[in-house]
This record gives sequence, structure tokens and C-alpha cells, in this order.
Amino acid sequence: MKKIINEMKLRLPARSVNEAVARSVISSFCAELAPSVEELGDLRCAVSEAVTNCIVHAYRGRGDDERCYIYISARLYDTREITVEISDNGCGIENVELARAPSFTTGESGERCGMGFLVMESFTDSLCVKSRVGKGTSVLMRKKLKP
Amino acid sequence: MQEDVIFRGGDRTLTAEICCEIDHHTARRMRELIDRELFLKKPEILTLDFSSVSFMDSSGMGLVLGRCSLAEQIGCSVRLVGLSDRLMKLVRLCGVEKVKNLTVIK
Repeated sequence: MKKIINEMKLRLPARSVNEAVARSVISSFCAELAPSVEELGDLRCAVSEAVTNCIVHAYRGRGDDERCYIYISARLYDTREITVEISDNGCGIENVELARAPSFTTGESGERCGMGFLVMESFTDSLCVKSRVGKGTSVLMRKKLKP
Repeated sequence: MQEDVIFRGGDRTLTAEICCEIDHHTARRMRELIDRELFLKKPEILTLDFSSVSFMDSSGMGLVLGRCSLAEQIGCSVRLVGLSDRLMKLVRLCGVEKVKNLTVIK
């Protein structure tokens, strides 16, 4: 049975400046497991994608005065595993399968490449996306570090 | 304060060296800077130099694709240089090498 060795929860307003904040926090949090430069790079990138999705898609068109938060919770396991869950209370995704397909985007034309989920999936060991329209979305990523 | 993008050259070739982390937050400003210079100089080749980029997510690929389609309108081709292995991984994953007026120089 694997054991949790550390855990954290973080709530950030959905401001784009917090994309960098989120990935810095995750870098520091998993430093204890001494990930390789490559593993850390993968994780930072995956976190950045998930947080960007919350800002660009989940809370799109919501005013600054509204309470739009991104919730991040992460865990480290004694098996050298890291899990990061990033969730929002935004608009939700109607068709998760379609949203996960490469190049699919509803974002600003020509400026978003629709690769966010593909990056999360490729740079981690597993990605689970749960979403309810009008309620929000949660992505759970798991990465196992090399011994 | 250090500039986010440093421009070199002009008439035929314009080089834009990107000097910060590229995410959705920073990409917006870089897009404005590059587009302004692109339309001012109207070069034949736009070189985007990534050698000073310490982090990039898929927003960086969006930035590249957006510049390619804009460059195409003025008959300009785009070159990517200075990509680390880390950044190449993202370039390959997103398949931007397929864009017709784009060359990735490793």
C-alpha cells in the first residue's frame, strides 16, 4: 500500500499571471523527490496547460469581480509518484472526448493550437478528466518519477 | 528592465530573440511586439530565436502558428532556431513542423 508523504492545497484566482505561480509552486513541492530536469519540465508544462485551460476556457468571459478560482491539490507518494489535481467551477466541457482530441480548440482563432490536453497526456503517466456542464472541470494527472 | 523580445536585422531578415518564459500570460505581449515589428519591417524571413527561453507550454506553439499565418500574408517565411531538446519535444508533439512557411532549424 503506497503512502502519502506530503500533500498541499492551493487556491488561486483565475488570473493569467498565476500560470507561472502554479508551476513554481509545483516545482518546489515535488523537489523533495528530486525529479530529473526532464521530469520537472514535463510536470511544469502539464500544470501550466491545465491552469491555462481554466483561465482561457472554464472562466472565459467572466468578469474580474466574479469569484473565479482555480483549485490545485497535489500529493507525493513514497512510491515516487506525484498526483496533481486541478479543478475549477467554470463552464464545464460538453464533450470531453472531443475536447481532448488534438487540435480541437474553441479559443481565440489562430492563437491557440488546441494541444493542451495532448501535452498533459504526453508529459504525465495518466490523465483523467471529469467535467459537468455549468459546474466545472477537474483534471487529475499522475506522474511516476524514475528511481 | 530586460526586454521580453530583442529584435535584430531588418529588411530581408528579421530576428526576434525571445527572452522570457512563454505561457498564455506572456504570449499576449510577445505577440504584440513581434507583430508590430513584422508589419513595420516586412521581412522575407522572420527568425524566432528560442535560445533564451527557459520555459514554454503549448501557448508558445500557438504564438508560432499565429505568426506563421500572419507572415504568410506578407509573403514571409518563419524559421525557429535555438530550440533546446525540451522545447523540441513540444514542437514535435504539436506537429508545427508541418506548417508550410515554417522551417525548424536544429
